Amino acid sequence: MEILDLVLLEPIRNILDAPLFFLEVLIGGLMSGVMYALVALGFVLIFKASGVFNFAQGSMVLFAALFFVGFMDAGLPMWLAFLLTLAVMVVLAYAVERMVLRPLVNQPAITLFMATIGITFFLDGLGQAIWGSDVRRLDVGIPEDPIIIADIFINQFDLYAAVICGTLVAALALFFQYTPTGRALRAVADDHQAAMSVGIPLSTVWTIVWIVAGIVGLVAGVMWGAKLGVQFNLSLIALKALPALILGGLTSVPGAIIGGLIIGAGEKVAEVFWGEVLGGAIEDWFAYVLAMVFLLIRPEGLFGEKIIERV
Amino acid sequence: MIYRETGQFKTSYAADQAILRLREDRIGLLVILAIAYVVMPLVASEYWLSTIMLPFLIYALAALGLNILTGYAGQISLGTGGFMATGAFAAYKLATAFPGLDFVVVLVLAGLITAFVGILFGLPSLRIKGFYLAVATLAAQFFLLWLYNKIPWFTNYSASGVISAPTRTAFGIPVTGFEASVTTKYLFVLVVVTLLSLAAKNMTRLEVGRSWMAIRDMDIAAEIIGIRPLTAKLSAFAVSSFYCGIAGALWAFSYTGAVEALAFDIGVSFRVLFMIIIGGLGTILGNYLGAAFIVLLPIFLNNALLGLGMQEAVAMASHLEAMIMGALIVFFLIVEPHGLARLWQILKEKLRKWPFPY
Repeated sequence: MEILDLVLLEPIRNILDAPLFFLEVLIGGLMSGVMYALVALGFVLIFKASGVFNFAQGSMVLFAALFFVGFMDAGLPMWLAFLLTLAVMVVLAYAVERMVLRPLVNQPAITLFMATIGITFFLDGLGQAIWGSDVRRLDVGIPEDPIIIADIFINQFDLYAAVICGTLVAALALFFQYTPTGRALRAVADDHQAAMSVGIPLSTVWTIVWIVAGIVGLVAGVMWGAKLGVQFNLSLIALKALPALILGGLTSVPGAIIGGLIIGAGEKVAEVFWGEVLGGAIEDWFAYVLAMVFLLIRPEGLFGEKIIERV
Repeated sequence: MIYRETGQFKTSYAADQAILRLREDRIGLLVILAIAYVVMPLVASEYWLSTIMLPFLIYALAALGLNILTGYAGQISLGTGGFMATGAFAAYKLATAFPGLDFVVVLVLAGLITAFVGILFGLPSLRIKGFYLAVATLAAQFFLLWLYNKIPWFTNYSASGVISAPTRTAFGIPVTGFEASVTTKYLFVLVVVTLLSLAAKNMTRLEVGRSWMAIRDMDIAAEIIGIRPLTAKLSAFAVSSFYCGIAGALWAFSYTGAVEALAFDIGVSFRVLFMIIIGGLGTILGNYLGAAFIVLLPIFLNNALLGLGMQEAVAMASHLEAMIMGALIVFFLIVEPHGLARLWQILKEKLRKWPFPY
């Protein structure tokens, strides 16, 4: 009974005793959830448009961050570094489409998934072979000191991250809704065959969607890099976007964001209030177990398309 | 002209259903076994045995486990490292709690415990499929490693968290720890791997293996023709985890001699996954080819870079290794989605017709 009390009741009591502190933790968690959502967004874009579960998105984040910080360290101004990295990501998108996706067209989804694991290793190796594996500090000029709103400490950096993420999502939504390219992307996402029959070139669409995912990865990489320093661990942190992604449902952009928020908030709260009882560092696995348990109840995630299977 | 079934008449059902129906295949296997059991211990240096053969055999065993789950039953798992760690720690707890226990018994029990854990983490597979399942198995990887790292009971309250594997005997011969010679360790691992490979090969030919393949090819259709997804999927998870658990226990006891959770991080899971992709999904032979490839590649690269006189060769080699591995995965998926084992198949077809082109 004592242990049950310790695990089930004591943390709740702690929360009720210090609601302000709880709120602070919750907001901090939501903010880091925004960062997960940024990475998850890239996954969803590619999955929707091409049905490829792009395991390499996390590595694209690291890859972009490595190039960005490398250009910055070389003394280039920030905008130039950003543009140059953008160019790198575009080249990457073309290369992936040409050398991986096109030869593997019509293969089962699982083959493509494994191919993206191959891309993951390749990018991790290439990025570090070029830029080295030391931790690099990235300063993009976002203030990091906390501000106080109604007695609650909020990290200013996290606020900026949330704003940037929001802008990015809004821009993406506009792009998908109102540009011809965006419409073509949505058409492909709906039905490959139908999209092809009305004359939408699939390979171009794939390249574009990988470019967009590269841009999202670049933004995520810059934000993560500024927060934690650019290092190999980044691609592991980006793995946490996976549970966020499946929690939200693989095919839904809002799902990716809400999944990210749930994962971020959930793991922070769990770590702060339950971590000590269970032995600490439960952040390592909480997101995955949460997603797994959730999927047991709803196998297609929060907003995913209902899976209908036929023989 | 040499390698064909002409003239080899089967006079009994047993002969017709043998694993190797061709005399040439049987001779070939015997030669390989003779090399592994007799020539290797006599000829190979201690370095060769302990840093190449041992990890190769143990990785091949882990790959065998994952291949049963992913290659035969079609359930992608990224939790191999977690299951191997389970086997290692189960074996450690058993070996320290019952010092007199024969190591073979310890191994089997550790495998069974891992099989149980595997079933627990396999339960979601009944609801979740494909990519969702792959991510869900990451939960096993991270949760299990955390468990062994953070709960002191698993490490017998050792302060550092790194513990050396004690010496234990099998049939009266010390096979692990400092008292066992490298050759004994190698031979012990070899016997375990041989027996388990034979068991796996036979399992895939039995009803249970066929039900795994039916589930892999299309689970709904399999259900309709009367295969229970529950038993098929969970038995695949159980058998796969049993193999991975024994591989993990051997890794800790016979190879590194230290039981530590960090040795089984997510990198191990990926490495084993690569082995089965490169080797060939759904084949037994592929596990050995894939494991040999992945174990030898870094050694080869290191030497090649050193030979070229490159500075900072170690860090560079690990990056290059990652790049080459990644590129090879993609290359294999494009050129030969069925892996190295398929190349052997093609070679056999060619040999049958040789010297005629068709």
